[in-house]
This record gives sequence, C-alpha cells and structure tokens, in this order.
Amino acid sequence: MESIKDKVAIIGMGCCKFGENWDKSAEDMMVDAAFEAYQDAGIEAKDIQACWFGTTRLNTAEPCATALKFDYIPVTRVENLCATATDALRNACLGVASGMYDICMAIGVEKLKDQGAGGLGGGGGGMAGGNGTGEMGGGAAMFFARMASRYMYQYGYSYDDFKRVLAKIDVKNHHNGSLNPKAHFQREITEEMAINAPPVAWPLGLYDACGVSDGSACAIVCRADMAKNFRDDYILVKGIGLGVGARQGYLQPTYDMTHMQETVSACTQAYAQAGIKRENAFNEIDLCEVHDCFSITELVIMEDLGFAPRGKAPELIKAGTFELNGKLAVNPDGGLKSFGHPIGASGLRMTYEIYKQMQGKAGPRQRKNPKLGLVHNFGMNPGSGMGAVAIFGQRD
Amino acid sequence: MVGIVSYGAYVPVHRLGPGTRGWAAPIEKAVASWDEDSLTMAVEAALDAIGKSDRNKIDGAYYASTTSPYREKLVATTLAMATDLRTDILTADITDSLRCGTAALRMAIDTVKAGSAKKLLVTASDRRLGVPGTDSEFADGAAAFIIGDTDVAAELIDSYSISNELLDVWRAEGAKRTRTWEDRYVYEVGVQRVIPEAVEQFLKKSGRNLADMAKVILYAPDTRRHREIAAKLKLKPEQIQNPYFDKIGNTGSAFIPMGLVAALEDAKPGDKIMCIAYGDGADILVLQVTDKIANAKPKWGIKKGLAAKMMVTGMDMYSAWQGIAAGDAERGGGAAASEIARERDYIYRMHGVKCKNCGTIQFPPQRVCTKCHQKDNFEPVRMSDKKAKVFLFVLKYDAPAFTQPSIDTIIDFEGGGRCTIGMADVYLPPKFESKDLIDKDLEMVFRKLGMGGQVHNYYWRCKPLRESTLAAPAAKEAK
Repeated sequence: MESIKDKVAIIGMGCCKFGENWDKSAEDMMVDAAFEAYQDAGIEAKDIQACWFGTTRLNTAEPCATALKFDYIPVTRVENLCATATDALRNACLGVASGMYDICMAIGVEKLKDQGAGGLGGGGGGMAGGNGTGEMGGGAAMFFARMASRYMYQYGYSYDDFKRVLAKIDVKNHHNGSLNPKAHFQREITEEMAINAPPVAWPLGLYDACGVSDGSACAIVCRADMAKNFRDDYILVKGIGLGVGARQGYLQPTYDMTHMQETVSACTQAYAQAGIKRENAFNEIDLCEVHDCFSITELVIMEDLGFAPRGKAPELIKAGTFELNGKLAVNPDGGLKSFGHPIGASGLRMTYEIYKQMQGKAGPRQRKNPKLGLVHNFGMNPGSGMGAVAIFGQRD
Repeated sequence: MVGIVSYGAYVPVHRLGPGTRGWAAPIEKAVASWDEDSLTMAVEAALDAIGKSDRNKIDGAYYASTTSPYREKLVATTLAMATDLRTDILTADITDSLRCGTAALRMAIDTVKAGSAKKLLVTASDRRLGVPGTDSEFADGAAAFIIGDTDVAAELIDSYSISNELLDVWRAEGAKRTRTWEDRYVYEVGVQRVIPEAVEQFLKKSGRNLADMAKVILYAPDTRRHREIAAKLKLKPEQIQNPYFDKIGNTGSAFIPMGLVAALEDAKPGDKIMCIAYGDGADILVLQVTDKIANAKPKWGIKKGLAAKMMVTGMDMYSAWQGIAAGDAERGGGAAASEIARERDYIYRMHGVKCKNCGTIQFPPQRVCTKCHQKDNFEPVRMSDKKAKVFLFVLKYDAPAFTQPSIDTIIDFEGGGRCTIGMADVYLPPKFESKDLIDKDLEMVFRKLGMGGQVHNYYWRCKPLRESTLAAPAAKEAK
C-alpha cells in the first residue's frame, strides 16, 4: 500500500463568505469559490481535467458542472455527510495520485438556508416516515449530547464544572471567528453567556452548538512535481484517512461513547501516511481545523487525535493549550462555531485556513511559520459515523 | 373447569388530583399519558397477567375496548405481537359497548369450553374522552385475564345477560367524545333501573342468593349512583368491591374487569364473586375462587398499581395529552406501512438477535454479526422483558412541551444488547447530574410515539422501574 505523501499539491483555493446568504444560490457560491481558486492558482476553468463535487443537498453532479460551465469533463458528486468536503478533496487527490489526471478540482457547497426550517431541518420531527420508531425532537444536538452525558459520568464531572470546560471551547472559537471576515459569526462571547444560554439538548446549550449557514469552498490540486509551475508557496498533501463506523456504538455495549473510533481510525491512517507517530502528533502539528459541530465534539477530538490522554482534554483546554497563541492552535479560523456548517463545504473551508496560514496570509490570526496542519471532520453520530483526517505540510 | 388462570391490570401511573393545577375535585383519577392509548394499556395489563408463564401456550387474544385506535384494522393482532404470542392463534376485537369487557371474558370462556382454544388472553381497556365539564369521572386503565381449563384460579359458574336498547351513553361515527342524554334520564331509566331488574331476573332464574356473594363488582357511573344501586340491591358493605372512584375513576369497558382484578387480589378459595356490567343492557358473571388463587397473583394488579403514581402538573398538560392520544390524523408523513410490516418482529415484538456463532446479542436485528461478521446465523431474542440499565441520556428541549421531560437514552440490557430508545414516565428534579439517571434500572413499555397519515406509530420505550422513586415520586407517600 502506497502513501499519498508529497504526491499531490494544493495550488489554489477559494472560499466564499459564509453566513445566511439569502441573496446567493448554491450555484452563486460555487462560482465565488471556484473563481477565487482559479485566480489564486493562475489557471482557467478549461485547465481542470476532473472535478469532485461535495454536497448533501443537491442530488447530482450536474449543478456543479452547470454553475462552473465545464466542457463535458468528469464530475462526480460526493456525499459523506459532514465529511463530504474532505472526502471530495480525498477523491481529487486520488485522481491526481493515480496519474490519471494532472489538475483536479474539489469543491463543496451547501445551501441550508432555503429549507424554511432552522437547524438541519430535522428538529422537532421524528414521527414522520421510516418505520415509526423515531421519537420527536433531538436531531444532531442529541447525538453529540450523548457523548457529553457519558463523558461527565465516566470522568466524574458535575454539570457546572463540565459546562465551564465546554464554555472555554465556545469562547475560544468565537474569539478566533471575530478575527475572520469570512466567518458567519464575528462576535466574541463570554463564558457566562455560553453557560447560561438556552439549553438545546442537555447538557448542551445554544453556544455549544455550531451555527447553520450557507457556504462554498474550493481547492485546485495538481501533481506535486508540477506545482512550482503555478506558484512557489503551494502546500503538499501528507496524508488523508477516512473511517466509517458500522453502528458499533449502538450494537456493542463495550463501546464507551466517549470517543469516536472513526476519528481514531482516520487519523491513524493519515499519521501513517504522513510519517507522524501518534505520540508525537501533539508536538509536530502546528495547527488544526477540527469538527467543532458541538463543543463536546472538539473536546473528544483532542483525545481521539492523541493530543491528550483519555479524560485529560479538559485540563489542556483549561490551560489554554488550543488557543490561537497556545501550543497547538485549534480552529484558528473560528471553526464551525463561527462559520456554521454548510455540510458539503466545511472540510474545504478548513483546508482553506490551513493553506492561508502556511502561506502567511491569515491576517490577524496568523500563527508563526506553521509547517504542518491537520483538518478533521466527523459526520452522523458518535458510535455510528464517518471520520476524516487530512494532513498538509509546507513545501520544503 | 374453565375460568381465569391468571390476571393483571394497568393503572396509569399519571394521576389528576390535588397538586394538579386547575383540578378542583378532592379526588384523584388515573389518566393515560400522551404516549398511551387503549392498545398500549392493554399490552401493559396483558404482560402483567402473563407474568413469567409460557407465552407459546396461548392460543388467542381478545381485545375489548370502546376506544380502539383503528376503526378498520384489528387491534388484537398488534396486542398479540407486542405480547409476543404465536401467529397461529384466534384474534378478535370486541368493541363499542361498555359491556364489551365482560362480553369478551364470557366469549373467551365459551371458546375454551367449546374446545376452540386451550388458553386465551383477554384484555379490556379504555381511554375515553368525555365532553369537557361533564367528564370528571372519565379515567383510563386496563385489565387482562388468561382464560384456560387447567390451573383455574376462578371458575365461571354462572352468567346472565339482558339486552336493552337505549341511547343513554354513546358516541357516533366520526365523533371523538362520548356524550350522554340528560343525566336524570340516564340514571333513572338506564343504569338504576336496568341493573336491579337484571339482578332480580338472574337470581330468580339461577336460584342463587345475593348474600352468598363474597364480593360484588358493580357498575355505576359515579360514587353516588354506585352507593344508591348497592343500597337498592341491599348489599352489605363488606360485599361491595371498592369502585375506586376516588383513586382511579370510571375506566369505561375496563371498569368491571379492573374491579374483578382488585377482588381477585383479596379473594380466598371458595369465595363467590359477582360482576355486574352495564351498557345497552347488563352482563352478570359469577365466579368461584379455587385453591389455585394464590399462584395467580400478578406483579402489579390494582393495589400495587395504585401505589405507583406521578401527579400531572396541570390540566393544560392533560388537555394536550388528550389531543395527542386522540391522534392527529391530519399530520402528514406517517410511517411506511410496508416498512412497519417488514420490521414487525423488531418494532412490535421487540426481538433482537443472538449470533449462533459468537453469542453476541444485537438490537435491532442485523444480518451480519457486529462481532464475528457471520451472515444470517442468528436466533431471535425477546428484549421487552429483559432488565436494562441507563448507559447515557440526553434531554431534548426541542420536543413538544407535552412530552417534557423528553429523554433520549442509550441503554444496555442484562445479558447483552444495547439500544437507543426514548424514556417514558420519569420525574427529574430541576437540578440534576448525569449520575441521577445513568446506571439506573429500567423496564420496557409498549407505547404510541405518535400518529401521522392515519398510521399509529407503536414502539417500545424504556422507563425507570415503576416501583422506583424516579418513576413515582409520590409512591412513598402512598405506602
């Protein structure tokens, strides 16, 4: 089995302003993201030989081809829930690494604000369709609140103490988002605001949840050996892993529900490809964009990626380890907390931040000369989901 | 000898009473929650009556109610599925009269006597809606009996019925609420005249003496009429089965069957028990208790069921529950009939599977084992009567107010198996911690999750043990 390390480069990226883009369609946002990427890479649409298009709401590849006016090139629609965009990038990288194509596009988009309902559109439902065994209420918040409920119990946290730990994640990500003009939410919050916010799914409150937004992001990838023809500051793909669960968390009483095995599997694959030892990951990686759909998710991801021993992430969080100026910046762009989660776009939006940081173009959020960055997504629900991890490095 | 082999009852854990905002009467009555209806209560009572006996020996299920969830669709089949009976059995619904409970009981006994079945399950349950303002007696509940010809605990030794055409209490096609004619007419021309006449005719025909009855379970719509009819029959106070108008209320077609359960709980061998049911005439049943009565005692019955209770917070909550139980047939998007049918062993019987290779129990059923990955090598396992513990829980604040506290759980079954499931009938204090529910013991209950597209969605939920303080904060006080 070969590694993808250093075979594929990212030579251009684009990301539209995320938010409630009432005046923009999915196609509009794709045009914004793709044309920013073309300009960034110094290429034109005709240079793209194949495209992988991530979306959960649009059913075919055709809206992408039409929006960008491709001339009968291969376009494949990718859907892998919250890991959709990273999986689209993974497929584009595989297209290049296989030698079949030289230049490919990965683009993701989601238009969530045309649903006429808040959240992901499933809240308060549960009685409709299927086999009738679904209960009313819940939705995504419930799935991740399950981890928080069990984490508190397993590690002996009181509700009040644990809410304060989670609040620190919320405050950090909103602070980072306040420094990012492309974020949906650009306002700082306080720990008290997070702790006292209306409950969503006990023990999670409003600020423990990410927003619901529209957005699109795009990456142009090419063979690493031709990347310098386009720019000097391209970045290299070091590893990409993907793990999909088989409901082990719901079928096997031994599953502890305080970790996401899919994330562990995905990062194990990616670390192996990148040549990073799990025990060194915390010291080697300079910055991370992880799937903070809920504050508890970010907390558990810190342990799943090996940055903290099991049960110890709260201590590092309280110590400020993952803040913008901390030892390992996590979600320097503001994360899903500030960008919301247009599902098919998020992984590429995260990659956009890693890319800009490595080029020294992250403005007030700029970390000092980051060499290695990690992107993580987790979809569906803990115990039954999909985890994706991609690792990128500066060129030598 | 044919008669009752075992018996059980379901007194809904929720009560209206002092402490319920907007409830003015100095009495309590038992009411079904938003996720309960006549079928779910019948299942609870049936499981109480079945106890630990062998379900495979039951040859039929009769479901009696005036409030069946379907106008056209047998309910006894669903009852048989939820109680995990065989499929080569007799099933019938006996409906539309306050006498249907006693009618079903007598029909079941006749069925066994005729040799069509050896053992039958009979349930009587009701969740009637009255006209607001005149419905203070209307209450919800269920009773169940196993009828058979061996190990009989109470033999049917006599019966008598009269038919009497009269519109005194009725509900027309399409109506949700039961209506009555003017109350003085209903009492004087109806129940207060028909019952004494029926009893007189029965005694004359049978040669029996009312004074020989250890207990008489007497129908009446309320406390006052019950007292008046009992006086007219010259019953001695110790003969009168407590009608529990001040604790449960009038449970419609389940009223006499529930009274019979209460009487059997206290009965001694040799006792004669008389049931007098009313509704479009009257049914009289006389049972004689045998020395098997001590073995027939259910886990719950009436008296223990009465002790486990939770007070409904307010009449507004109760009103919302009534609306939901009645069902919003216009709500769109019901479950897919084909999918329910395909998965009926999982949905109704709560069957999981056990891998024949590695022994791993899995719920819901899988085709490829989660552990050893062998294909289609399973045997079914009933999860509904297994003990379980809370592994984790979440409160869902976006669920409708009438379902609060709305709790999602993952639970682990004793002996293996895990499932994600909602939690019913739970009390949580305003401030709580994860350890207040995690690891607590649970039982499974068959409930109605909702309705859409004219489809009732029945499935199982978990609940804290009815005897625990989580389920019934008032239980200690009741003891």
